[in-house]
Formats: sequence, C-alpha cells, structure tokens
Amino acid sequence: MPPPAIQMTGIDKRFGAVHANNAVSMTVEKGTVHGLIGENGAGKSTLMSILYGFYAADSGTIAINGKPSLIRTPADAIHSGIGMVHQHFMLVETFTVVENVMLGAEGGVFTARGASAVRAKLRALSHAYGMDVNPDAVVCELAVGELQRVEILKALVKGADILILDEPTAVLTPGEVDTLFVLLRRLADEGKTIIIVTHKLKEIMAVTDRVSVMRRGAMVGTVETRNTSPADLAELMVGRRVMLTVEKGPANPQGVVLDVKDLTVRDARGTVRLDHATFQVRAGEIVGIAGVSGNGQSELLETIAGIRKPAGGTISLNGTMLDCGGGDDPTALRARGLRHVPEDRHRMGLVKQFEAAESAILGCSDEPGFGAGPFLDRDAVLADCIRKMASFDVRPADPTLRTALFSGGNQQKIVLAREIERDPRLLLIGQPTRGVDIGAIEFIHKRIIALRDAGKAVLLVSTELDEVLALSDRVLVMCGGKITGERRPEDTNEQDMGLLMAGVSSDAPKVAA
Amino acid sequence: MSAKTAPVWLTAGVVPLVNVAVAFLAAGLVVALIGENPVEALQIMLRGALGSQYGLGYTLYYTTSFIFTGLAVAVAFHAGHFNIGGEGQALMGGLGAALVALSLPFLPWPLLLPLCVLGAAAAGAAWVFIPAYLQAHRGSHIVITTIMFNFLAATLLVYLLVGPMKMAGSMAPETARFVPAATLPLMNQMAAWFALTITRTPLNLSFIFAILAAVFVWVLIWRTRLGYAIRTVGANPDAAVYAGISPRRITVIALLISGGLAGLMATNEILGVQGRLINEFTAGAGFVGIAVALMGRCHPFGIVLAAMLFGVLYQGGAELAFDKPKITREMIIVIQGFVILFAGALEMMFADRIAALYARLTGKVVAA
Repeated sequence: MPPPAIQMTGIDKRFGAVHANNAVSMTVEKGTVHGLIGENGAGKSTLMSILYGFYAADSGTIAINGKPSLIRTPADAIHSGIGMVHQHFMLVETFTVVENVMLGAEGGVFTARGASAVRAKLRALSHAYGMDVNPDAVVCELAVGELQRVEILKALVKGADILILDEPTAVLTPGEVDTLFVLLRRLADEGKTIIIVTHKLKEIMAVTDRVSVMRRGAMVGTVETRNTSPADLAELMVGRRVMLTVEKGPANPQGVVLDVKDLTVRDARGTVRLDHATFQVRAGEIVGIAGVSGNGQSELLETIAGIRKPAGGTISLNGTMLDCGGGDDPTALRARGLRHVPEDRHRMGLVKQFEAAESAILGCSDEPGFGAGPFLDRDAVLADCIRKMASFDVRPADPTLRTALFSGGNQQKIVLAREIERDPRLLLIGQPTRGVDIGAIEFIHKRIIALRDAGKAVLLVSTELDEVLALSDRVLVMCGGKITGERRPEDTNEQDMGLLMAGVSSDAPKVAA
Repeated sequence: MSAKTAPVWLTAGVVPLVNVAVAFLAAGLVVALIGENPVEALQIMLRGALGSQYGLGYTLYYTTSFIFTGLAVAVAFHAGHFNIGGEGQALMGGLGAALVALSLPFLPWPLLLPLCVLGAAAAGAAWVFIPAYLQAHRGSHIVITTIMFNFLAATLLVYLLVGPMKMAGSMAPETARFVPAATLPLMNQMAAWFALTITRTPLNLSFIFAILAAVFVWVLIWRTRLGYAIRTVGANPDAAVYAGISPRRITVIALLISGGLAGLMATNEILGVQGRLINEFTAGAGFVGIAVALMGRCHPFGIVLAAMLFGVLYQGGAELAFDKPKITREMIIVIQGFVILFAGALEMMFADRIAALYARLTGKVVAA
C-alpha cells in the first residue's frame, strides 16, 4: 500500500483567542476524492490554508506521500505537488487561457517559449482527462464551468498531484456540477488526489470516497462515504440532530404586494442584464428565484430595492406604481414597507469596519428613535442592537464588537434582524444562508417562513437550488436575464430545474405550438 | 481569520510614538553627518519649542494652523477622499476673511468678527466645491483636482494682491490693514483682561477656535447622523447606496466641511496675526495637515497631539537654525520630512511587528 498522499498530524493554529485548529490530524489516501466539511468557523479553511502554505501552523507536521514536508509558502506547496482551486477564480479576465496558465512560468523575458510549452502541456492534459478548453479563448468570454476547468488545468500544468477545491460547485448549474464530478472521479482514477471543501452534504455523498468532518477547530471524524448519510454528517458537523428539511404549512396567498411588469435593466455598458421580467408576489407567499449566479437575479433584487435604475418596465408596490430611479430611492421604499436583505452582506449589507450596533442601523440611521435632530443617540443605538441580538440569538451579543469579527452566520443574523424586525410588507432576501452554518440556516429558514405566515410577501433569491425549492411556494427560474419558467416546488425535480437554469426551456414545444 | 484587533493604546499610542522616535533617529544621523551633536540639537529644539513662554506661544501658534488643516484632511478622509488641497482652500479662506473685513469695516466687532470667520470658512468651502462636484458626479479624482486648485488659488491670490486688492501706494503684495474690529485678540491681550501677564507671541484666539473645531469634528463624525453617513460612504460606498445614503451628496458635503475647516486656518494667520491679507501666508500648513491627519489617525484628539508635534518641530527647528548656523533652515525641512515619511507614508511599517511583539508578551495573537 502506498503511503497516504497527505498526512497532517497534530496541526495547531491559534488566532488570538480563537483556537482555529486544535490538534487536527487528517489523512488522505492517494487516488481518492476526499471531502472536508464543517460549519463556518469550524477551521476547514484554516486547515487547507496551512496545507497550501498561506499560514504556518503553530505546531504539527505535514507529510506528502510519506515524506515530511515543510510548507511555508504557496510556492512550497506547489513544489510539493499541491494545487488549489479557489472558490473565487484567480484569473486575469482579459488574458487568454494560455496566458493565464503560464502566469508565474513565463520562461524568461520573452513569452513565446513559455507559451508554447504551456500550450503543449495543456493539449496533453486536455486529452488525458477529457477537458475540452480552447487555449486561445479570452477568459472573460468563457462560461463559469469552463473557468473552473482553466483553474484546474492551471494547477495540473504546475504539476499538481493533489488538488484542493474550495467550494467548487457554488457557481455551477446542476449540469455543470455533474460534469465537474465526472472530471474529478477521472482525475482520482488516474492517481490524482482530490480534496473538496464544501458545506453541501449532497455533493459530499455524490462524489467523495471518504469524508472528514470538523467542528469548532477539531477533527470530529473521518468516515467512509458509503457508510454514512447526510443526516449523520450534519449531526457530526453541528453536534446535535439537525432538521435538514424545512417544515412549513401550505401558503395562504392574499392580495398582490409586488407587481413587476416587463422590467428591463441594462448595465453601465448597455448590456441587457434583466430582460422583460414580469411576475407578482402576493402577501403570505414566498416566491423564489432560482438560477445560476449572475443571470440577472442580483439586478432584479437591486432594481426592486431602488438601488438600480431600470431601462424599462414598471414596478408596483401595494398597488402604487413606483418612481424607479427617481423619488423612490431605498429610503423612500423603506418607508413604504419594503425591506431588503442584500445578496452580499459584505459588499452591501454591512460595514465591516463598524461596530455591530452601527451596522445594525444601516439604512435606518435617520429614524427618530435613534436620536434627536441631527444627532445619533449612541445609547439608543446600542440598546436597539442588544434587543435585536437577543431576538436573533446573535453571538457574541456584544454590540460594540467590530462587525468583521462576527462569524458569517451571526453577521447574516444582524442583517436579518435589522430588516425583519421593522415589520416589512415586502421582504426582498438574497442568498439568506450564504456562508451561514447549518444551525443558523435552520433558524433563518424558520424566521422567513414565520414572516410568510404573518402575511408578509417574500421574494427570495438563492443560488442554492435546494434552498429555493424548500422555502418557496412558487419558483421562478432565471437564465440570461430572462425568466425561463415558473414551477411549484412539488411539481418539479432537479433535472427540470437544471434545464430551465441552463435556458433550455422544457416549455419550448408548447410555446412553438 | 484575518481581522483581529490590537488594543487601541497600542495602535494609536505606541505605534505613532515608535514612528516619531525612528524619525528623530534618522534625523539625528543626518545631524551627526554634518558634524553636529544630535543630542544637543534635540535639546535645543525642545527647549526652543517648549522651554519658555515665548517658545511655547510660537509652538501653539503653529499648532493652531495644523489643527485646522489636519481636521480638514481627516473629515474628507472619513468620507473616503483625500483632500490635498488644504493649502489652496486656506489661501482662499484668507481671501474670504479679507473681503469681509475690507468691505464691511463700519460694522461693530461682534458682527464683523464672526462674519470674517464665517467668510474664511465659506471661501475655503467654496474653493473645494468644484473639485468635490467633479469627484462626486464625474469621477474626476479629487487628488488631481485639488492639487491643481492649489496652484489656481496661489496665482489668483498673487493677481489680486498685486492688482485689485493691493493697498494704494504700497510696494508690497498685500492689502490694507483691517480695522481692529476685524482682528482676533492675541493671547497676551486676552490674558491681560484677566490681569495676567504672558509674553507677547503670535498665539491668538484662533487657538481656542481650533480646539472647538476639533470638538466639533468629533461630535460630527461620531455622534451625528451625517457623520454616520460620511463614515458609511467612506468605508463602504455600496452599503451606503443600499442604505439610501447618496455617496455623491455625502462626498460633496464632507468635502465642503473639509474645505471650510481648511479655510479657517486663515483665522490664525490673517485675522489673528497679520491683520491684512498677504501672499503665501499658509507657508505649507495645508500640506503639513496631511501628515498631521495621518499621524493623528484622523481622530480629532490624535490630530491635536500630532499638530502639537509639528508645532514643536516648526518652532524648535527655527530655534535650532538660529543657534547652529551649520544646521540651516533646509536641514529643518529635512527633519520634518523624516517625521512625515515615518509617521505618514511609512505609518504601518512597524505596526505589524509591534503587534506581534505585544502578542508574544501577552500570549495573545493580534494584528493591527
């Protein structure tokens, strides 16, 4: 039996008071696909960062193929045959595939020789693993699935035998996920070792041979995938039984709250991002928007929230036509009962440098309750934040702590508390559980359903198909800025949704007839 | 796991002190290189700046100007903008004060003096309006536009002082003297009201204005809704848009306040000391304000302290140049340059190492 591809022993790493990795050991056999799961803050990113040389461990050893290795920098890791595919692709958009792959291996002052060497390697690898990528394509013209293949090729060209993939499926359609998994299996069969870091249990079950589970900085177990189940894995991750399904009664839709007609949005370059979207959301129902990230969902949410100006179409809220991009800015819309949990809390929902209490009044800082006249009453702001933290179980419940220091789940709870506690009539909610741990997901889902049951209208955008299907009463699918279909969650399946998400309308024959 | 905090006293106290110490060390080397004793030079500087009522008065007089220009940079910085046009805005502040003082000399002082002060602030604010508008609505970079406006302000002032505003019959580029009702009392005059005797220096009432301005900026930034909006725009413009705060509007407002504070610097030199508008009266205070704001971490309290440090450098430096002919005025500028280099540009050079050292000593890991 060959030595394990990776043997990490007794890895210990502290950040201040946080014990990010507590005597973690992990063994990954050669030629296997190995899953690494855990909640946010469980320490899996830290562990992988140590393996890839971003951080140095405080103590512990790493052996690659049985050979003790000192990995201090990513260059050491690459030298040891480790490659990393990041969740956010590290590609230069205006470069071609070859130019991207040869970054760091240009081969001298002139690039011609390096380019031809890379081109030859690319051809060989594409052939060996059935990865079809045009080496001269400009990266910004490639689809997301192809970009990921470029990232994988980049690692392989540098000689990687061990590939770490961080949340590799976050941006893919179900179809692209299948293609990726076929590729990963093939790579493993050819003797490469794959580590997948993810929080999606279903994918762990689908592609891995073995899975390691981390909780609060410690390794709580490594199990054979075929001997486990999603529920068991979730319990290992959280330390208690978790509801993986969402319990909700039937919806009781009332009058129309949001009425969107022919809404069209162009970006700064004039490209159509949202193409004649038409739909309604009623009080007491959750309408979900499914789709691969970047297909117009963000533009849709931001336009309804008053952040973007539409190029055409109308939006009515509670029967009143909105003056989009004019008088109805986010402040005016809030006054009309529209609340918005933005998709990316770091970009929009919070100010990371602020104290939690300051982030908790973002968009509400002009409310009379927070001070007299031009002044902000700090005590009132703190008291309000303490109340919100209590009702949404934010930990630590310290309103003076800097926003950036909260975990993803707790940051999201701060945003949700801010928006939900103000009794909205319409709640726009984007990616409610992105980067949120399982325990908090359960909590957040319950709050959203409670809101629906209280007769509020909810428009939900999520790229997690399971989440959309579990929460929504109706699902709209978007692709290329168009709404490509509407389904009831109980009347659809993943394949059907996948086709709609890819823009292959299964309704097409009907329309043609 | 990248965001960790070191205690405030470390980042805001120890780190700047180390920076200043290194700056003095480097300056000391230069002094030694030209054959003078650095320890003696430092003694002369400190004694010259702080060792007498006379020295202290001058030190605080310089400090006054630097507080205004430092606050100006800080307010813009909180909105995410780098206003390096304090020099030009201060010059225009002088013009504004002079226009009021010369055109309304018949008013009694309780009316004229506040109007002159307001004129200084308004003119400073007006001078930044075009760059602010262009930044907010056209994306023209404020650093480029404000530095251009510095040149414009300087040439405009020269034109006015050798032309329309020149005192009749005078050869110097300066206006006529203001009426006494348009000038601020010197500190020694004010002390005399309370039967106290202190040495006559240029230190004047505007020092009190500067301290009040620092309090105003603190309240504005940390205790008002507008300050909250300014900080939101500065820290995360996307979050501001999401919140319904218009980054354009806030950019213009914050820069107008910034320009107004820079304009108030003229109350010290023009209303306090000169009693007439002269050419080039800012003497670089607008630029020193940048270093003061960086060193003071854009916090009013830090800015007052940093302004005092630069006041010591200016006054002590002048004494040093007087005492040691080998150490010329240019040498003093070199020393000030070191402080700006280490405390401003290289502000973070030692921050990580000091945080790491602190971590090792306390057993806690922090990063600045």
